[in-house]
Amino acid sequence: MSRADTRPVYLNLFRIRLPIAGVMSIAHRLSGVLMAFLVPVGLYLLERSLSDAAGFDQVSAVFSGILARVLMLTVLWALLHHLFAGVRYLLLDIDVGVHKPVYRYTAWLVMVAAPVVAVLICMVSRA
Amino acid sequence: MSRQASGLQAWAVQRLTAIYLGGFFIYLIVAVLLDPPASVELWRARFGGVASVAWLLFVLALCWHAWIGIRDVVLDYIHPPVWRLSALVAFGGGLVACALWGFKIILLAAGG
Repeated sequence: MSRADTRPVYLNLFRIRLPIAGVMSIAHRLSGVLMAFLVPVGLYLLERSLSDAAGFDQVSAVFSGILARVLMLTVLWALLHHLFAGVRYLLLDIDVGVHKPVYRYTAWLVMVAAPVVAVLICMVSRA
Repeated sequence: MSRQASGLQAWAVQRLTAIYLGGFFIYLIVAVLLDPPASVELWRARFGGVASVAWLLFVLALCWHAWIGIRDVVLDYIHPPVWRLSALVAFGGGLVACALWGFKIILLAAGG
């Protein structure tokens, strides 16, 4: 048996400590894929809301239901995470925040700021 | 654009569209929070003139950005050629259809 055949092929993902920037990066992808699937949903709501008074009221009512508001919070979280992580990537492109420990702090900042701002926006929009 | 540079083009497009989408979403969220449209007429009024151009650019940027992102994810995780091609055709076709649908919605709202 050659050495190559004895390599461990089984990786227990729970024993690999993924750095926070890695978690943030995966969430950036997940939120992007989720929102890509939601593009037709958003277009449908936009079309209904612009169609006539009845459609406008329908879409307004959708956004005021409790279930819809929980869904909206989730989508808003995805959007804000994608946005904040994206801004962080753009800054990394121009060499801002590339080094330790700053890139870890900014990854944490993205992880925390997205849900916090999403909740704030939902609270403000209740009024 | 040469084959070698096509990856660079996608990289640049992803960042340009990201900047536009970021700015547009922040503006949209703030505008709707500060001044929620009270009726369909007032809502439609936000799609006329210059705003219609901004909305059309938004739909284009959104679908293009989503396409490049989805394409990267598909190429990373789906390896069998048949599945990969099927996924790319499905997502690509879906997003082109979404872009055309979005243009129609904006133009109808801007004209009516």
